[in-house]
Amino acid sequence: MTEADLNTILPEIVLSLYAIAALLVAVYSGKDKLAGPLIWITAALMAVLAAWIGFAEPGTHLAFGGMFVDDGFARFAKVVILVSAASVLLMSRDYMMRRGMLKFEYPVLVSLSAVGMMMMVSAGDLMALYMGLELQSLALYVVAAMRRDSLRSTEAGLKYFVLGALSSGLLLYGASLVYGYAGTTLFSGIIDAAGEGQTPIGLLIGLVFVMSGLAFKISAVPFHMWTPDVYEGSPTPVTAFFATAPKMAAMGLFARVLFDAFGGVTQDWSQVLALLSLLSMFLGAIAGVGQTDIKRLMAYSSIAHMGYALMGLAAGTAFGVQAMLVYMAIYVTMSVGTFAFILTMERDGEPVTDMRALNQYAKAEPGRALAMLVLLFSLAGVPPMVGFFGKLYVLRAAYEGGLAWLAIAGVIASVIGAFYYLRIVYYMYFGEEGETLDRGRTSMPWVFLMGSAAVMLLGIFNLFGVEGAAITAAAALVN
Amino acid sequence: MDNLLSIVTFIPSLAALILAIFLRGDDEAAQRNAKWVALLATSLTFLVSIFILAQFEPEDTGFQMVEEHSWILGMTYKMGVDGISVLFVMLTTFMMPLTILASWEVKYRVKEYMIAFLVLETLLLGTFMALDLVLFYLFFEGGLIPMFLIIGIWGGKERIYASFKFFLYTFFGSVFMLISIVAIGIVAGTTDLVTLQTSLFDYSTMDLLGFEIPGGLQSLLWMGFFISFAVKMPLWPVHTWLPAAHVQAPTAGSIVLAAILLKLADYGFLRFTLPMFPVATDILAPMAMWLAVIAIIYASLVALVQEDMKKVIAYSSVAHMAYVLLGIFSATQQGIEGGIIMVLSHGFISGALFFCVGVIYDRTHTRDIEAYGGLAKRMPQYAVVFMFFIMANVGLPGTSGFVGEFLTLVGTFQVNTWVAMFATTGVILSAAYSLWLYRRVVFGQLIKESLKSIKDMTAREKTVFAPLVAMTLLVGIYPSVVTDIIRPTVAQLVENYHAAVDAADVQPEMAASH
Repeated sequence: MTEADLNTILPEIVLSLYAIAALLVAVYSGKDKLAGPLIWITAALMAVLAAWIGFAEPGTHLAFGGMFVDDGFARFAKVVILVSAASVLLMSRDYMMRRGMLKFEYPVLVSLSAVGMMMMVSAGDLMALYMGLELQSLALYVVAAMRRDSLRSTEAGLKYFVLGALSSGLLLYGASLVYGYAGTTLFSGIIDAAGEGQTPIGLLIGLVFVMSGLAFKISAVPFHMWTPDVYEGSPTPVTAFFATAPKMAAMGLFARVLFDAFGGVTQDWSQVLALLSLLSMFLGAIAGVGQTDIKRLMAYSSIAHMGYALMGLAAGTAFGVQAMLVYMAIYVTMSVGTFAFILTMERDGEPVTDMRALNQYAKAEPGRALAMLVLLFSLAGVPPMVGFFGKLYVLRAAYEGGLAWLAIAGVIASVIGAFYYLRIVYYMYFGEEGETLDRGRTSMPWVFLMGSAAVMLLGIFNLFGVEGAAITAAAALVN
Repeated sequence: MDNLLSIVTFIPSLAALILAIFLRGDDEAAQRNAKWVALLATSLTFLVSIFILAQFEPEDTGFQMVEEHSWILGMTYKMGVDGISVLFVMLTTFMMPLTILASWEVKYRVKEYMIAFLVLETLLLGTFMALDLVLFYLFFEGGLIPMFLIIGIWGGKERIYASFKFFLYTFFGSVFMLISIVAIGIVAGTTDLVTLQTSLFDYSTMDLLGFEIPGGLQSLLWMGFFISFAVKMPLWPVHTWLPAAHVQAPTAGSIVLAAILLKLADYGFLRFTLPMFPVATDILAPMAMWLAVIAIIYASLVALVQEDMKKVIAYSSVAHMAYVLLGIFSATQQGIEGGIIMVLSHGFISGALFFCVGVIYDRTHTRDIEAYGGLAKRMPQYAVVFMFFIMANVGLPGTSGFVGEFLTLVGTFQVNTWVAMFATTGVILSAAYSLWLYRRVVFGQLIKESLKSIKDMTAREKTVFAPLVAMTLLVGIYPSVVTDIIRPTVAQLVENYHAAVDAADVQPEMAASH
């Protein structure tokens, strides 16, 4: 363990030390009053770390004998993870405070899961992969059940835990097979064993199990069952967190494993991913149609979006990875904005998640409704919103990778999915007069809602330079 | 001015932004301000767009006033006009102030209404000027959003059904074009239209899932574009969104829809289908033309039995747009020129007819033909104007409608006699439904109680009609104002098309059939 190793993982060390210190302070003082300031500090620290990582010197650094990889790809994913986690923390502060849900554990657990996610996208070894994944997941299980007095929230936490444990089991089983046939847990060793032409069949079976475990984390069909219930049952700020940072982390990990460890057998996993993508897009689009609860709807929406991101990955090319990264960055931005909006949905101080409550919202709050309109069309992938470019990227990647059929299926699914986004627009703009929601009084979600909508509109000029960063990141992963 | 086209395109959006940010409240004064800002912005756009026409040189068949900036994904923000698009641009800028003026009586959420129309104008103008496929798609699809809101918020009773149907139908159609665009971007390595006009896609017969596809990749790309434009046009059998959308949209929405939005498809055929996929067009044009014939006869017959005035005009639009398609796919000089004249003429005439319906709808709040009769007694001026546009719709010589119909049919006759013969029956049928509509609404006894006190047209309404009458007559009597501008470009287009088809000559047995 050299100084260079430690320097490479310094951001992770800083964040974990901070989490532990915060935990100690809060436990000894024993006050939830600390939670408010802690959220600010955590968010600020995450923002600083994101800037640090974002502006770090380019190049690939390996630490601990290749178990930890710090390259352009990892940095891209980490910036997205940290920025989105910080945003979600900030916008949930007021919501949780007013409901007395704000416990000091919340920022601490979010920090810990962020550390896990950073480990995930930097993993260069099956052990590191599993460590990162479990650190992230365990923190999330607890966060999901944070509302201890609520049956729904507890149920969500339990469901998430049981199914998550199952998927961890699948993943571990796959990892053990891979280890057995490759003789090493290091990705750089596995890729030698899984070269073209001489791949042992056991290694491929192991790969499929690992992929199943990871598909669970990104909630790709058929491993999506937990998503709607957990999204609906968890407190809204937690749902917002689920929909953003962990998705990016799991997607990053997915790409990491596939390219770093199994880059030689692209043909073998590309079909599996294509199928996952196809099923996710269609299930997400069709099952969302009948929903009335906006959080449940967003769960199906996120399933569909993961399908599109997988489409990029399925192409198995550098451009495919670039497309996936751009798509995820756009998706996370849209989700932050959308959940900021859902956080403000209240009637008489009580949170409302029924879409019908949005009737004629545009009349009461024209500005917010317009921002939400932009986000919804962006989610649907209608130009000129930025969401369209995400779709364009992955379609291009799929077509280039010889998956024209998947691209065609994808656009058809996007038309079906457009229906439920339009339905929210319909409630907001054309609905019948009814009981209206409370006028907005929270400022933080407003900032994120407006910011996210502005990004979706102004991004059409150059996507805020994300393209260049994604190219570098993809080049680092795929050689 | 180097960026004249961008200026014209974005003036309306700028006005929309000003309205959105600075205009507060929804009282009478705010509503009046919103209307005036919108009217001034659209008028200004029209005035500035005259510079485009003035600077335009018909003899130059390439793109003029081109602007280019690099963009993401290797695409460019590239705008330009040529002999084909310049008139579509002018039609748009000309119709928009009239549209705003036609909706002066709107009372509900006026600010948003005006913003929606202004944004729509930007998107439409951008569509006609974009010289990059993705940029085109961006504007083309973006237009759905304001139109969805216009129908959904300010529409009639069934507005929600109509707006969803409109959006999902056209969205579904366009995604196939998106796939084609993605494919073109990869196969040709660029989405720049100027380069693509000269690149010829592979047309060797290919095998797909056991089916033989004559024309290969080119035919598939052609289909992608065709599905999108066929829905937009709308062509039988995917026209059913149009009557719903037209009937439910507010008057101004119907005007824009008929006068400009439907023309996006015709523009698309001229801009993409003919120049980029000549071989596929040669193979598949007969199919498109027969669909158009069915559309003409079917829509005309359906128009005969409608109870709702707007539906009659909507079905009439379906029939007339099919003529444009016939003209374009005949790929002859007369046919294409006729198609473009028809586009302009239908823009004026259908816009005016929808406004004619709007005028009496504002007074009686019903569009049922049953509810009218004998209007000539109380509204003589209106009766004259309505008569004029009905005649123009029928294609009376001296109006622009005649020139367009005649030239498209001449063009069609040269390539396919049977199609031309069946299409001509539409001329008779259009006389039948148009005149019958007119008779039921304007002539007869004035017996309806609600009509006894109806007032004739106001000064504002006359102001809307006057330019439309003038243009219909001008193009009808002296069509050279249009053809002088478009002739060199169209000649070039036809020449390139036939050169490409002759060079390919892959399907002699197919080519012989027409």
